[in-house]
Amino acid sequence: MPAEVDTGLATLSDQLLLVTVLLYVFAMIGYALHLGFGRRSVQQAAVVREHALVGAGTSVPEAAPVVEPAPADDDTAGPRWPARAGFIALVLTWLGWAANAGCLVTRGLAVGRWPWANMYEFVVAICLATVTAYLVMRHKFPQLRFLGAFVAVAAALSLGFAVRYLHVQAGPVQPSLNSYWVAIHVSAAIIATGLFTVGGVTGIIYLFRKDGRPSRLPTRADLDRITNRVVVLAFPLWTFAVIAGALWADKAWGRYWGWDPKEIWAFITWIAYAAYLHARATGGWRGRAAMVVQLVAFGCLLFNLVGVNMFLGGLHSYADIPGSP
Amino acid sequence: MKKTTTDDTTTRESAAPGDRPAVKGLGAVGWLRWFWRTLTAMRTALVLLFLLALASVPGSLFPQRGVEPGAVTRYFQSNPGTAEWLDRLWMFDVFQAPWFAAIYLLLFVSLIGCILPRTRVYLRELRREPPAAPRHLNRLPHHAAFEGTAPTDRLVAALRRRRFRVVTGPGWIGAEKGYLREAGNLLFHTALVGILLALGIGALYGYRGNVLIVEGNGFANTVAAYDRYIPGSQVSAESLEPFSFQLDDFKVDYQIAGDRPGQVLDYTARLSVHDSPAAAERDYTLKVNHPLDVNGTLTYLIDHGYAPTFTVTDGAGQVAFEGPVACLPQNSRTFASECTIKVPDAKPDQLGLAIRFLPTATEMQDGSWDSTFPAAINPVVQVTAFAGDLGLRSGVPQSVYLFDQERLKKMKRLVMMSEPVELGKSLDLPGGHGKITFTGVKEWAALQIAHDPGRLPALVAAVAAVLGVLLSLMIRRRRLWVRVRDDGTGQVIEVGGLTRTESGDGGFADEFADIVKALKESTAPEEPERSTEPAGRKGAPG
Repeated sequence: MPAEVDTGLATLSDQLLLVTVLLYVFAMIGYALHLGFGRRSVQQAAVVREHALVGAGTSVPEAAPVVEPAPADDDTAGPRWPARAGFIALVLTWLGWAANAGCLVTRGLAVGRWPWANMYEFVVAICLATVTAYLVMRHKFPQLRFLGAFVAVAAALSLGFAVRYLHVQAGPVQPSLNSYWVAIHVSAAIIATGLFTVGGVTGIIYLFRKDGRPSRLPTRADLDRITNRVVVLAFPLWTFAVIAGALWADKAWGRYWGWDPKEIWAFITWIAYAAYLHARATGGWRGRAAMVVQLVAFGCLLFNLVGVNMFLGGLHSYADIPGSP
Repeated sequence: MKKTTTDDTTTRESAAPGDRPAVKGLGAVGWLRWFWRTLTAMRTALVLLFLLALASVPGSLFPQRGVEPGAVTRYFQSNPGTAEWLDRLWMFDVFQAPWFAAIYLLLFVSLIGCILPRTRVYLRELRREPPAAPRHLNRLPHHAAFEGTAPTDRLVAALRRRRFRVVTGPGWIGAEKGYLREAGNLLFHTALVGILLALGIGALYGYRGNVLIVEGNGFANTVAAYDRYIPGSQVSAESLEPFSFQLDDFKVDYQIAGDRPGQVLDYTARLSVHDSPAAAERDYTLKVNHPLDVNGTLTYLIDHGYAPTFTVTDGAGQVAFEGPVACLPQNSRTFASECTIKVPDAKPDQLGLAIRFLPTATEMQDGSWDSTFPAAINPVVQVTAFAGDLGLRSGVPQSVYLFDQERLKKMKRLVMMSEPVELGKSLDLPGGHGKITFTGVKEWAALQIAHDPGRLPALVAAVAAVLGVLLSLMIRRRRLWVRVRDDGTGQVIEVGGLTRTESGDGGFADEFADIVKALKESTAPEEPERSTEPAGRKGAPG
């Protein structure tokens, strides 16, 4: 029974979290400088891509040739320092990522269990998953680098919120959480949430982005594609997380599905993301409408994450939020 | 049915009520057709999905009878007027409500109305050869051309190695792969229907019940033994698995030191189990997350509490009550608990005793007593006693844990919240009403026993759903054509490709480049260094 807590490691974990927040904040500043003062990529030779789906009877009624900024290189005129700020921000993000991971690992070692069993640990883990998702996606889609500012601000704010309102001392958890299902169910939920968060960020920018205006942000077509890619990755994971949760509930509570508030909202979130995937394939819903559906789904996800634990209770109220009964 | 739509939209789009006939003179069949087309349209399915999500929300806002019946009762007590109206709208049984059922049944009919035609189309597509090459391959989203000479069968072999389905014509090759995408899509949606059926099986043929057992007591799986028993409509009382067990010992481990004293570390219930009346006894250690399984009927540990034992001697010197009394915890951190003892056999008057049990009693600053730790370290009880008619013979059922407040007003109060009575000590009841002795502390465990024949089907369907959604979202359906042209100076090989999956073009570019490279290699004259480069270097999914 992991009753003994290594206080040294637990303190180290708390310190690492503060380091993480600071690094993310500095990274955010770097990204913002790059975004604000970097060169406008629209001046670059634009790559014309045809979006017509050949052989598709119901082809997408999009403005056929989409003008996209040339990826990767935008350094021909103007000062160099904003790009350098962007690079430093990237390095800081990686350092913050390492500190974030270290924070979780030390906490897990301190308490001798999986370090995502209460709300505080859960939020820290989701931030790690989100930043990981961003770093990996950025590697794949270079146009995403300007999203760094938004991801960093989301991560820094969430971690700040976690430290201020959710922090609990490292310690053991109630017996029902001492199960290998934590590793399966909660990990899947964390990774899916991290990916969905990136989709939430791209979705919000999509709504504010005006095409045809010079901007360093990715084009709407790109944002749409990337959002879809992220949701397509996260949706099966979320499905799996819900089903793993049902398997665990079957072991712990005597039923695999019992309409507990957390289960209801996981279900609603799942439906909402399914609706987004369907909307994207339905005439009249593509583009903006589908993106709104995606953001509604993200809202459900956030409510399930925070709101259900704080306002609705239920069997999942292990969240252990300080100040709540 | 159009055949050249993007595959995500094939049948749904064509079933959309866009080409609706004039309303006049539709006739019954026409209306049915119209209804069916509208119901199975993707737009309708989307609206039903939204409705289903929306309809689930009140289930999380109001307490549900199936989840926490106690909370529903409390809601009724605190706002009776609203509760009555909410109850009429099924707000306390959202997931059993007819309007909820209407939504999901319509959705599933719509789903089946989508799955069936799509399966038919898919089966036809499976047998069909890839389409002939279009005339101008350079108009396709992915296009490449290079010079080289190659016999067609070499190119065909290169494509087949990449598990393309290939067809050839005069001067062209057509190839297609990624058929598993639609298979996954159909599997996923069929699995959803499977999950619904499994839920239905569980609701009809499953049962569950709760029972509270004090240490030393036993349970036999019969309907009468349950405190609360919820059977499915097709469950007969005889079909219950005939097992029985005794709760030998119940133990809770608490965190003592550290900054979270009182945190539960582990629950352990030791049972002696008979799988059937004839079976030999076996020991089982019941823990959270480790239910007892007897032939698919599962017993879960879901709650616990204290059951102090008492002996009540009446005014005539007779033992009128003896044994444990299950107390309900009032505070989950300190386990200060309350219970009642009703002693109808006491002389000269019937006795009603309200007990406050404090597992670790500590005197507060104001002189009152409270518990400061959940374990029974310094257990005491405080007694409030009444004498008079308990009204048990009136035939109206009473709670075991509570007194009827109206009844108490008519009774004579003997003691009000006595000084703490320690273990082994007695409290004399004034007026010659006898005495109560606190003889011991036992614990009780609340168990849930459930049998759900839909569990395994649900698991199979869920695994199929995950598999299906993975296939349908990760695999791209892609087509490729090769034309060999002679432009006078030499042979030019043109390659064109497209994905039939929306927004699948991005990732296809790499694969396409890879395929073109492989085709180029298969045309190049035999060179010794070429053999180090295998053709299918970057394996494509599907």
